[in-house]
Amino acid sequence: MATLDLSGVQKAFGATRVLHGVDLAVADGEMIVIVGASGCGKSTLLRIVAGLETPTAGSVRIGGRDVTALEPADRDIAMVFQNYALYPHMSVAQNMGYGLKIRGLPRPEIDRRVRDAAALLGIEALLDRRPRQLSGGQRQRVAMGRAIVREPKLFLFDEPLSNLDAKLRVQMRAEIRRLQKRLGVTSLFVTHDQIEAMTLGDRLVVMHQGHAAQVATPMEIFERPADTYVAGFIGSPAMNFLEGVLAGGGRAVALRAGPTIPFADGPRPGPDGLPLTIGLRPEHLRLEAGGLPLAIDLAEPLGSETVLHGRLPDGEALVIRLAGPAPRDGTLPVTLPAEHLHVFVAEGGRRLDPAPA
Amino acid sequence: MSTTETTRGLALPAEAAPHRQGPRPDWVAHAVLLLGVLLFFLPIWIVLMGSTHDAATIGRGEVPLLPGGHALENYRAALEQGGAGVPVGRMLFNSTVMALAIAVGKIAISIISAYAVVFFRFPFRQLAFWSIFITLMLPVEVRIFPTFKVVSDLGLVNTYAGLIIPIIASATATLLFRQFFLTIPDEFVEAAKMDGAGPVRFFLDVVLPLSRTNMAALFVILFVYGWNQYLWPLLVATSADVETIVIGMVKMIGSEANTDWNIVMATCVLALLPPVAVVVLMQRWFVKGLTETEK
Repeated sequence: MATLDLSGVQKAFGATRVLHGVDLAVADGEMIVIVGASGCGKSTLLRIVAGLETPTAGSVRIGGRDVTALEPADRDIAMVFQNYALYPHMSVAQNMGYGLKIRGLPRPEIDRRVRDAAALLGIEALLDRRPRQLSGGQRQRVAMGRAIVREPKLFLFDEPLSNLDAKLRVQMRAEIRRLQKRLGVTSLFVTHDQIEAMTLGDRLVVMHQGHAAQVATPMEIFERPADTYVAGFIGSPAMNFLEGVLAGGGRAVALRAGPTIPFADGPRPGPDGLPLTIGLRPEHLRLEAGGLPLAIDLAEPLGSETVLHGRLPDGEALVIRLAGPAPRDGTLPVTLPAEHLHVFVAEGGRRLDPAPA
Repeated sequence: MSTTETTRGLALPAEAAPHRQGPRPDWVAHAVLLLGVLLFFLPIWIVLMGSTHDAATIGRGEVPLLPGGHALENYRAALEQGGAGVPVGRMLFNSTVMALAIAVGKIAISIISAYAVVFFRFPFRQLAFWSIFITLMLPVEVRIFPTFKVVSDLGLVNTYAGLIIPIIASATATLLFRQFFLTIPDEFVEAAKMDGAGPVRFFLDVVLPLSRTNMAALFVILFVYGWNQYLWPLLVATSADVETIVIGMVKMIGSEANTDWNIVMATCVLALLPPVAVVVLMQRWFVKGLTETEK
């Protein structure tokens, strides 16, 4: 069990800068999910923590000890790889015990740890099999087992669920979370899947172009995204963005689509006419008489809900999520609820909160 | 959406499938194969039969296609006196030592060189690889006289070392191992790093076991290559102690009249046995390795 502290971690491959200084403090036993689109630097960050890459600048501390210059094996960490990296010529038990064998642990101790981990994961019956005789889910468990037997200070997961089919992924996701809570090992989990991120993490790190765009709990990120990138990345279907300008002395937004909506939570600092981006989640929009006319061009019935894609009179796209069945086409009146507005400065996309009273 | 439509759709390909074989009868294929077998097997058959007749039969210019009654004495003569005074047994032993050492040595050296080239980053790595690669294009004959000079200056003429060392490096095998190592996922290397396995452990515990199939295949090819060496042993092995079977056979063929062709043919058959044994035995391994493909 340990804390993990990253400070000012930068990485450049030649002239290409991949990480622009990432700071992160992970508490003991916490599960942090690093999420972002491909190429955002999330895997590089994980590999730096693992010691598989050397940071160009900055430091990595595990349990207060600076490990920046240490080899992966000396960092007391364990990693679950995307393709599991199980040695094909070794049995499951040998795969799980290999790291311990190299560390020179006595045979009975290795056997005991392997058996304990196998019992924990429900794979005792597979210990003598070869990886190729296992299904995807079983391999995943073995890869977990290999990490667990090490009894490390830190677990690292590099998109471990991306090779599983959808159903198994949901199941393994829950299992990983349960296991991590039970073992209480500080963990870093990299994924590009926002659902995985939301369900697994105590906190999320949303990476964007080599920066940590936001570090916060899943609900905080959902409710108060720090910028338009995070707002658009987390949530499905993605948040709608409408253009507008600050109006009424900072008390309202004048949307390009027509209406001026007063802010429900207080005035924003800034001059009138400041260009804004207004975010609205699809599930917060309602069909009500007297709203803006939305010309529907696509309806996606999903059973328990319907997703409608349409355009406002000024041409801006808008997606609505409605519970239950809904009209398939035509023009429908949409109201934009003032209490659910997310306000961002158009330039740079930063969130604009009400000025403190 | 009717069920009839669906079944008809499914029935079509099933109906078409048996027609694939067409009207071509099987005997054509068999005839072609038979021709191929004859072409390859006939010379060996003639040698095999020739080794069971007495010298006079062959001396008359007959090519016997049926076994004669002198098999035992011919083989005994070959094994005991041999040709040119060196017993066949001795020559077989020399050839076996040379072929084994060449095969094992080539595999050992190439696998280590390929490991260095693929898994390590060091200055002049590419240069080293290309230097190895370029020697692929030089036939042995090109460097045979300078090599002989070196071997002779080192006093290695007429020794096993002189026979083996100059042909123990293999650019081809290095290249093959390199190509195979490139297919080993990076994740294995990284997992080994996390497990704390250093380069030597990784080589012994992961790379070597994964290369078993490749090593078996290469061993077969290289053993036969070593066994069939002619030009180099001809130059460097002039004493009876280190004479190989291939050279021995050539020496046994003197003038037309003086040659005991029956003995030569018996020696030929004996010379065939070890490479055939290696191919047959290793093939079982090889097939096992292929069916157990673990990647």
